[in-house]
Amino acid sequence: MKPEVVSLNVNGCVHHVALAPNVTLLTALRDLGYTDVKCGCEKGDCGACAVLLKMPGAERAEAVNSCLVLAWQADGAGITTVAGLGTAERPHPLQAAFADAGAIQCGYCSPGFIIAAKALLDRNPHPSEREIREAIEGNLCRCTGYGHIIEAIQIAADKLSAEKGGAQ
Amino acid sequence: MSRYTAKPLPPTNLPELRQIGKPLRRVDAMGKAVGSTVYAGDFSMHRMLHAKVFRSTQASALIKRLDASKARALPGVVCVLTAADVAHAKLTSDMPGQTGQKQRTGSDVPVLAYERVRFYGEPIALIAAETLEIAERAMRLMDVDYEPLPGVYDPLEAMKPGAPVVTPPDNIVGRWKIRKGNVDAGFAEADLVIENSFRVPHQEHAYLEPEAGVAWIDERGVITIRVSTQVVEHFRSIARAVGVAQNKIRIQGTMVGGGFGGKEDVTVEIYLALLAKHTNRPVRLVYTREESIFGHSKRHPYVIKHRTGVKKSGRITAAEIEIISDSGAYPYLSPYVLLYTAVMSTGPYRVDNLRVNAAAVATNNPYTSAFRGFGGPQACFAYEQQMDAIAARLRMDPLELRKVNYVRTGDTTATGQTIQTAAWLEETATRAMEALGEKTPDHGAIKVGQGFSSYFQSYGRIMWLHDTSQSWVGVEMDGTVTVRAGVPDLGAGQANSLCQIAAEVLGVPLERVSIYCTDSAITPLSGTSTATRQLYMSGNATLMAATNVRKVLLERVSRQFEEVVDNLDLAESRAFVKSNPSRFMELADLAKVCAADGAQLTSLAMFKAPFHDPIDPETGQGPVFPDFTFGSYAVEVAVDTGTGQITVLKAAASHDVGRAINRAAVEGQIAGGGVQGLGYALMEDLIVKDGVILTPSLSEYLIPTCMDFPTTKVIALESGTGVGPFGAKGIGEPSLTPAAPAVASAVADAIGVRIHELPLTAGRVLAAIDGLKK
Repeated sequence: MKPEVVSLNVNGCVHHVALAPNVTLLTALRDLGYTDVKCGCEKGDCGACAVLLKMPGAERAEAVNSCLVLAWQADGAGITTVAGLGTAERPHPLQAAFADAGAIQCGYCSPGFIIAAKALLDRNPHPSEREIREAIEGNLCRCTGYGHIIEAIQIAADKLSAEKGGAQ
Repeated sequence: MSRYTAKPLPPTNLPELRQIGKPLRRVDAMGKAVGSTVYAGDFSMHRMLHAKVFRSTQASALIKRLDASKARALPGVVCVLTAADVAHAKLTSDMPGQTGQKQRTGSDVPVLAYERVRFYGEPIALIAAETLEIAERAMRLMDVDYEPLPGVYDPLEAMKPGAPVVTPPDNIVGRWKIRKGNVDAGFAEADLVIENSFRVPHQEHAYLEPEAGVAWIDERGVITIRVSTQVVEHFRSIARAVGVAQNKIRIQGTMVGGGFGGKEDVTVEIYLALLAKHTNRPVRLVYTREESIFGHSKRHPYVIKHRTGVKKSGRITAAEIEIISDSGAYPYLSPYVLLYTAVMSTGPYRVDNLRVNAAAVATNNPYTSAFRGFGGPQACFAYEQQMDAIAARLRMDPLELRKVNYVRTGDTTATGQTIQTAAWLEETATRAMEALGEKTPDHGAIKVGQGFSSYFQSYGRIMWLHDTSQSWVGVEMDGTVTVRAGVPDLGAGQANSLCQIAAEVLGVPLERVSIYCTDSAITPLSGTSTATRQLYMSGNATLMAATNVRKVLLERVSRQFEEVVDNLDLAESRAFVKSNPSRFMELADLAKVCAADGAQLTSLAMFKAPFHDPIDPETGQGPVFPDFTFGSYAVEVAVDTGTGQITVLKAAASHDVGRAINRAAVEGQIAGGGVQGLGYALMEDLIVKDGVILTPSLSEYLIPTCMDFPTTKVIALESGTGVGPFGAKGIGEPSLTPAAPAVASAVADAIGVRIHELPLTAGRVLAAIDGLKK
């Protein structure tokens, strides 16, 4: 298959890359060095490769499994990986809550969970436990048993709303 | 009101500590949260090749012809290796040893199959190419002709005379016997003899990170392998298989994206070493999910038969236990897993008259080896179901029956080993059940039941493996602390625990401690991250090393302040006088003073577990493990008697962890291990037909999602009696062990009939209900 140039805007940095039409967004991102996007199954079963995708004209970004998106489909969209949310020095409240609440064990699933949680909190700043569970249903974790992950998302939601309240 | 009320705990003597036990942010957590942690498959190098493993599509066959010429001729293919190209290399599948332990004969596994294949997915050839796509195309150009051989897929069949032999001389790859007391007299004394048979299936580890690694040859000719592994010490068996000296193989372990025993045996590192050696170029090999499921071991299926004699009082007078496990096509750790099952086969109950016969049997099924619990969960499913069955027959409450038989400190195990630490069984069982609260009422066809199970499980390795661990601790000139230890971190917080211990002893905040781990070239060898041993072994080694450094620091301050060492302490990066804390010295200044004196502020310490000779082969008597963890698990389930669907409504786990080093991490182990156990009980169904796994994906082999189970209530108790640092016991594996029998017990409570086989599927529930009606 003939490669064509695709423009990928990842965490605010635009890459123009020649890719065959069958290359997934997951492979394209990892080949570009965004190895914070994890590969767990390449079939959409595990959620480890989730990224935020904001299509042109869309109101907000959605969490997608990057293994189920072809790279050319993301041409022109805004792509955010977990590394795009924060750094160790300036973590996103979700990242801080995951680290503090014991939501991270082996950590391989964590980027996908944090991305799924970010998409949830963007559309629903005050989710119930049920809504949190539904938002991360497509993400597998083999270490934690999920309890601490749900707790971390609740902590981050509270912190984000408090910050927002303070700013008003 | 709960069925049981917990009594107050026995008195403990736990000194208040500054860092130990606190739910501090783990040193590895933030890197993982922001995506900066580099896992084994994330690493790439210039001119790196991409590898694939060509595998058997037959479970039992002769290789009549193997032709790699078309694959080799494909442009971009750099190397194709078959068994002939690697001198028929073999890999030790025996217990990965640090001690030069004698290997069992016949336990070696061909790295690449030649002449015959013994399981579906057995590696036959290695391919390295310029791109992954070319390597994948080359796979399709491999030419192999098989002549199918009769296979054997059931361990009971494989034991029969005339069964196909997987590897000569016969299919028995491991056997253990335990003989204790007078079994015949014990049964004669019994008022009742109860006999039951239990079956447990394969379980797949399903860690989120498939096996991965990169290897290259460095400027000194050392084959360096950056790999996700539980065992750095595999460099020795790899050196032997590759045909180089042991100091020419370097393992650089990465953060492991989940292990659970599945990365305890050698995975991709041997293929990477061979390909790097033959191509002299960096090579990367990352398994797909499907290849991971075909390529690594599984938890052993077992058939376990219990025959138990009891008095009307509930006292067990004798037991006879027969254990058969399916080792699959190669032994790997099967004989050792079998030993664990045999040692723990009675459960945490006093059985003075005991006969255990255990065999691990080769078949052409996927090979089986370590999986969290290592034979313990299978034993627990059988002994706890048997206890409930006895209670039902005697019309006794399940806890009352157990209380009559629970082991206590000072009692002996099946092999005659004396239990020397706290055995909090009733304490944990009543607390777990209490946490469930009142039973939810039945609702029409939905029947609700509650159940619990108790267990004991070893931590630390078998004592005749002469286990040791080393750790290095040093104070830098700015008062920060460095730890060097070869521990692989599987995500359980292995590295963090060592940091938290060093922080406690040297009186610095956790964020002032930095650790280098998992590198056979630069970190002292700490042994395997298996057998729930790292906190126990490397925790003690780190405690020793940090204590040595502390001693040097305090002696120097003692001279400075003219105070006795007993009146000095270290905290918050200061040395200070206990009776007058305003007299202090910053640790950074103290480090500089020590350096000026030439005092050594580093220490390399080795912790030795107690060594013991092997158990008597005829009687199985003798100590086997350094110590045991005790605990209980309770669940409430709703069973839809119309559809057979089981829903877990509540789950609670109570374990005596000895002493929590990091409370959040300990609770995470307990909750996570419990959910893996619930998956084993209810969902995880690896379908294997004629040796072929029919469920090689995470949409066919289902592991728990967050929608499947409620959040576990965790009750971590601290007796302070463990043999780990600060009285800690191990919890990594024990956390999983009691979950499945607790579910089976709750189901029996709900529907009035017991199911003897896992997983507890809707079909099995309906069949059990039908059986009850007949």
